[in-house]
This record gives sequence, C-alpha cells and structure tokens, in this order.
Amino acid sequence: METRPTAHIGWLRLGGELLVALGAVSTFTILILVLSGAPPFAAIAQIIKGSLGSWSKFAHVVKAWIPLTLCGMGLLYTFRIGLWNIGIEGQVIAGAILTTAIVKLGLDSGNPQLFLALAIGFGAVGGAIWAILAGWLKTKGGVHEIFAGLGLNFVAQGIALWLIFGPWKRPGVASMSGTEVFPPEFWLPYLAHGRICLPGLALAFFAIVFTAVTLRYARFGLNLKAIGSNRVAAYLFGLKPDRCMLLAMVFAGAFAGIAGSLQVTAVYHRLIPAISSNYGYLALLVVMLSNYNIAAVPAVAFFFACLNVGSIQLPMVLKIDSSLSGVIQGALVLATLAMQAWRARRKRERETV
Amino acid sequence: MKIELKEIHKHYGPVKANNGVSLCVEPGTIHGILGENGAGKSTLMKILSGFSRKTSGAIVLNEQRQEYQTPAQATRLGIGMLYQDPLDFPSLTVLDNFMLGRKKNPEQSRADLNDELLGLCQSFGFCLVPSQLLKILTVGERQQLEILRLLALGIEVLILDEPTTGISAYQKEILFQALNTMTSAGKSVILVSHKLEDVESLCHKVTVLRKGRVSGEMVQPFDTDTLLTMMFGTPPRPPSRQPQTPGEILLSLEGVSAKGGRLGLRDCNFQARESEIVGLAGLEGSGQSVFLRTAAGLIRPRSGSIHFRHENLTGRDYHHFSKKGLAFQPTDRLEEGLVGDLTIAEHFAVQDQKQGLFLDRTRAASQAGRSIEKFKIMGRRESTAESLSGGNQQRLLLSFLPQKPALLLLENPTRGLDLESAHWVWEHLQVYSEAGTGIVFSSSELDEILMVAHRVLVFFNGRIIKDVAADQTDVNALGRALAGKV
Repeated sequence: METRPTAHIGWLRLGGELLVALGAVSTFTILILVLSGAPPFAAIAQIIKGSLGSWSKFAHVVKAWIPLTLCGMGLLYTFRIGLWNIGIEGQVIAGAILTTAIVKLGLDSGNPQLFLALAIGFGAVGGAIWAILAGWLKTKGGVHEIFAGLGLNFVAQGIALWLIFGPWKRPGVASMSGTEVFPPEFWLPYLAHGRICLPGLALAFFAIVFTAVTLRYARFGLNLKAIGSNRVAAYLFGLKPDRCMLLAMVFAGAFAGIAGSLQVTAVYHRLIPAISSNYGYLALLVVMLSNYNIAAVPAVAFFFACLNVGSIQLPMVLKIDSSLSGVIQGALVLATLAMQAWRARRKRERETV
Repeated sequence: MKIELKEIHKHYGPVKANNGVSLCVEPGTIHGILGENGAGKSTLMKILSGFSRKTSGAIVLNEQRQEYQTPAQATRLGIGMLYQDPLDFPSLTVLDNFMLGRKKNPEQSRADLNDELLGLCQSFGFCLVPSQLLKILTVGERQQLEILRLLALGIEVLILDEPTTGISAYQKEILFQALNTMTSAGKSVILVSHKLEDVESLCHKVTVLRKGRVSGEMVQPFDTDTLLTMMFGTPPRPPSRQPQTPGEILLSLEGVSAKGGRLGLRDCNFQARESEIVGLAGLEGSGQSVFLRTAAGLIRPRSGSIHFRHENLTGRDYHHFSKKGLAFQPTDRLEEGLVGDLTIAEHFAVQDQKQGLFLDRTRAASQAGRSIEKFKIMGRRESTAESLSGGNQQRLLLSFLPQKPALLLLENPTRGLDLESAHWVWEHLQVYSEAGTGIVFSSSELDEILMVAHRVLVFFNGRIIKDVAADQTDVNALGRALAGKV
C-alpha cells in the first residue's frame, strides 16, 4: 500500500534520538557516580558484568524485562489516547493481589495447572478493574487521571500490606517478607538452568505482537490516535471518546495485571509488599524514552532491566552507599524529562522551518 | 496628553494586522476607534499600551517620540489600558487589586490606600467595597476598579477595548459618566468599539479602521451611513442567490437558552427548512456559534426545546442528531474539525461506516483518492491534515459531509479562504441546497451572507435581534443591527 517516502528517515531519526537519549542517561549516571566519589568506569563495568556477565545474571535481566515490557505495552494504549496512566503501579499490585487470592483458593484443589492459568487470567482482570476505576473517575467524575491513578496506587499498596499483615499472614508471624511461599507445583515452570520463565516470556512476546497488530491494523488503534490528538474532531467524526478511554485503560490495566501476576507466580511465589518493584513507574520512563514507538519499547526496557539488575551489587562491590541506586533512578527520570523537552523543541523547530 | 501615532505597522508573518496607521488624539477628548472584527483595532491599542511591539512606525506623546516595550513602561509615561477581558486577580480582594503595581511607599499604609480608593469611588460614583473578593464582582465593577487603579497610577490616557460588552445598561451609563468626568479633568480617552451606538453617543472624534488601514475619520456630529461605509466598505457584489422555495420544517428551536462563549444564548426561536440557506450575522462571540452548537446537540440547552422533523430531540447528543441526518462543521479546522496528525486516508478510515474489528485501509485509501480528485484537494492520501493549506483543509472537511444530509450547520465555512476557494465552497454547498438540504451557516462577512443566503439572522449579545428575508434587507440595515440598532 502507500509507503511513506520519509519512513526510513523517520527510523534513522528515531534510532539516533534513542542513542542520544540513552547516552544522556548514561552520562548522567556517570556524573552522579563521579560526584559521589565512586570510580565511574569500574561502576559501569560492574553494571555490565552484573547484568550480562553470566547466564544467571542474564536470567535476572529477563525477569525484570518481562514486567517492564508488559507494562510498557499497556501504556502505549493510554499514551496514544492522551492519558497519563500513572496508576499502572497500582494496576500491577491489583493484578498480583487477585492472582495470590486465586492461587490460595486452589491450594487444596489438586489441579495446580488450572488454577495457575486462572490466577494469571484474574491478574489481568484485577489490573483492568483497577484501571477502570481511574478511568471512571476521569470520564464521569472529571478527576485527572494522574491524581486518580496516584490515589489508587496508594490504596492498592495499602490493601497489599493489610493482606500480608492481616488475613494472609504466615501462620504465627506477619512480616515484611510477605505471605507464605506457595508449594512448588504452583510456581510457573521455568528453565532449570538460569531460571528463565518461558510462559512469562511467551506472554511478554504475545503482548508485543498483540499491541503492534492492534495499534496498526485494528479500528481501535486508529481511534485511539484520533481521540488522543483531537478529541473534539474525533467526536464529530462519530467516535466515542469516553468509551475509548475506558477501553484503553482496560488494556493497560490488563497487561499491568499480568505483569503483577507473573511477579507472584514466576518470581516471588508469594505476595510481598514491594511486589511491583516499581516496574510500573519505570515502564512510564521506558515508553517516554522510546518516544511511544512500539518497536523501541522492548529494547529500551532491556536497557533499563540491565541497569536495574547490574546496579544491585554496586554497593557491595564498590562500597558505595546503597541509596545511590535510588539517586541513579532519580537521575534517569530527569534525563528522560530532559529528552522529552529536547524532542519537543526539535519538533517545534522542524515545524517552524 | 496629545498622542500621535505615525505610520504604525504590525506584521505577524505575512499577515499585516496594522498596515500604516496614523492618527492623532487631542488632550481632553474621547476618541473612538471603530471597525469590524479583525480590522486591527485591538492590535493598534496593544501597541500603544506597550503590550505588543510594533513592526515599524512612531509613537509621539506631547511632541516627544517615545519607545517603550512593556505595559509598565507605558503606564509610567501615562498610558493605561483596560483590556477586553479584565487582567486582574479574582482570588485577591478589591483593595489588593487596587494596590497592584504601586511603588512601595513607606509613608502610605494599607489604611491610606483604602481611603484613597474610597475617595476615588466617591468622585466617580462607583460603589466598591475594598474588602470584597474580586471574584464576586460583576464585569462592570471589575472595570471600574481597573479604571481607578490606572488613575491612581497617574495615567493621562485611558484606552478602553470594547468596554460595553458584557456589562449592564446601568453600568454602561455610570461608565460613560466617569469617562466624561475624566475628560473634563483634561485626560484623554480612547474608546475601541464595534458598536456604533456607543461610539456615536460618547466620542468627539472617530477613526475608522478597515483591514489594517485607516478608512476614514469623522468628528461630531456623526452620520451613521457614512461610518458604516467606512467600516464595511462598498456594498456587496451582485448576489448570486439561487431562488428556492423552502420546503418542510426540519429543525425548530423554541425559547432556547444555553451557556457558552462570553454571553451565551438567550431565548432563541428559529426554524430551518428544506432547501433554505440561512446566514447568521453578528460580531464575533455574539451567540452565533453557541446557537449552531446548541442546534447540533453539542451544547445542551438550559431551557427551551429542540425538535427535528417534529421529533423532540432536546437534550440528546450530537451523535443522535447526526443519525437523523444533521451535520455540523466547526470553524477551527485544525482545532476541532480535523485531526492534525492523521493522514487524509486515515480520516476516511476513522469515519468508515462499515464497522468491524480491523481497519479497511484499502477502502479508505480509495475513498481518499476519489475525494482528493472530486474536491480538488492539493495533497496526497498520505499527507497529514496539518500539512495542508487552509483552503485544502476546508475542502477536505467538506468532503466528509454525508451524501444526502437533511441539514448542514456550518460555522464560518469560508473563513480564511481566498475568494476563489470561497466561491468554490459555495458552488458546492448550493448543490446540496438544490437537492433539498437545509443549510445554516455563520459568517463574519455581510457580503457573503447577502450573496448566498435566503434568510438572515442577526445576533447581538446572545439574542437573535433580527430575522429577515435576504432580499428585503441590505448591508447598511444589517450593519446597523450588527451594532445593536434594529
């Protein structure tokens, strides 16, 4: 069909921008390392060694990549319709909670496969419900989705803590280490060597393909874009902006819920307070840095997963204070925002020429 | 203070908002600046008040050439402006707002300023309470406060931009008295307006602007017809109105009031018929666009009822209206009519009536190709809407109209188009009308309305103040109604 003559230039530009962005993020990180008195190149070497240095380290990276990619795919729907789904964090937690509930229900059933599948399905439902709440507050109540999402994040986190310390506490002791670990037959299967969870990986790849097809070929994908860029015109064309927004939230929530579900069934095998590992927030950065481009999201997610996993051992190896990784995360946020501003300015400049 | 403007130019890119304007305001007089929307009045006054910078030209105050860049500098030179929309702080009190912009003076306490404000109020006959929050005041009272604030800053010239829009008749009277008090104290007043009535009753001298240039000047006593000719130019070209016998009633509005815009819409009664082209005249923001949007179901009326072919549709939304065969197109093409990021083909894909999970891009592309040819759109199927020129955007918009609509509601369908494109649009729309479609459109050009419409409604302050067959009126009568004189 029609091929855009500028398509390959667009790709080159995106690739270039991405390199500049990741370069900026790395430079920022190095700068902070230098300021804190750590040897920057040793630190980078450590990050690379800590993330890609061995098969088992790589498996950890994949473990982080799966939820990041799932959340990233979900966010593509909401960003495209112009929503800031910051509530994705809560949607991950809601998915994790519902998954744990289903697994607990099935513990005595003698049919772990069925309940595992159900648990992941309900994880998606949990995330979707949490997203619909924010969507309703937005479309019916006029509450900005950022505030609704943030509020619901706190509620979800609160419910998780209450469950861990209340109804679902371990026999005898309630502790921050979470609920009781599921018996191994309720763990999602993983490769014995390196502990990579194949069903999780399959779900992440399914999310990528499904999202790519939806955004490119489905009527819904184009509707999202139309409403996101001009709500009034889209309404005049006969589209239903509110309904589409809710649907976009449902998609985002469902993918986030699956991410939460996998955190429970494939990573921790229980519900822990920090079950989301902040992957929801991190996914927001990933998608923004990818410039909302679906092909770039998995790659950028991989970069962030490496950074995340590789910096875990920094404090031990280089005797840097462990709060530094928090500082690095903060720096990443700043670098991402700076990139966004830079992109917006370049776009304006291109338009005025 | 004597003010002379010499050859003022203000260009926004290729647009010449002011194209060599010269005028002179004598001290102690009220000078009117008259002109239709977009004539360059506000631009000129914003330059005089330091709000925007001129491209070229000179401002001479009391025989001295002055250059200044900000409103604060202008105020120091003695020029103050009351803007069309008050630029004040609603969440502060009246006294706080009065104190704004004052140099700090240790001698003056809050109580002193309070007394000063009350004293000024008394001398002008204003009734302001210093401790009240500004947001509970009416527009008229906020104007009064702003005038007092500017006077207390020591201004010699007061510029008022459309001060009588949105205030009551009583407040208008007080305002006019205050302006006369000021001029008898030797200060000058510049009154910008498109309302003939105000200008005629108040001003000593009037300068008329048209398309960025001075089209004439006049001193008291004024002749309305001469002023109208200066404002709107020569009478329109011979009309090419197609004779039509209006058919059945399509849409009827009874006692409809609605919110929106500055003045909303008040108590409108209207009927649209098959084949009839109705032009909505009125100065910008007089209620035409609220009217069109209410009639289309985009704005829910506060009271009154809307019927379409005798079916009550009051309170239904636009999608419901459009199923009945009604189509609305907004004036702001990129703001509301088109999606800038989408290509022409994608616009057709989004509106494809054939439902289904997946897009039929081939179908949309061929539809786009046909429309590009039929509507002579200078663009390709894969061009984005924002990359098209204004005229082509309008053609694209028209190509979305359904095959056989019952009624078209069009907001300024030819705004920003050159003459040729505008004529093309009307040729196209008249074909619809011949096939029985009713058309209601707004326009800021009286010429255009008289050229094509069968019937004209004139809006003023949110009301329909004139409803007349187009062949029984002329540009002068309409111009008079436009300015509130029926």
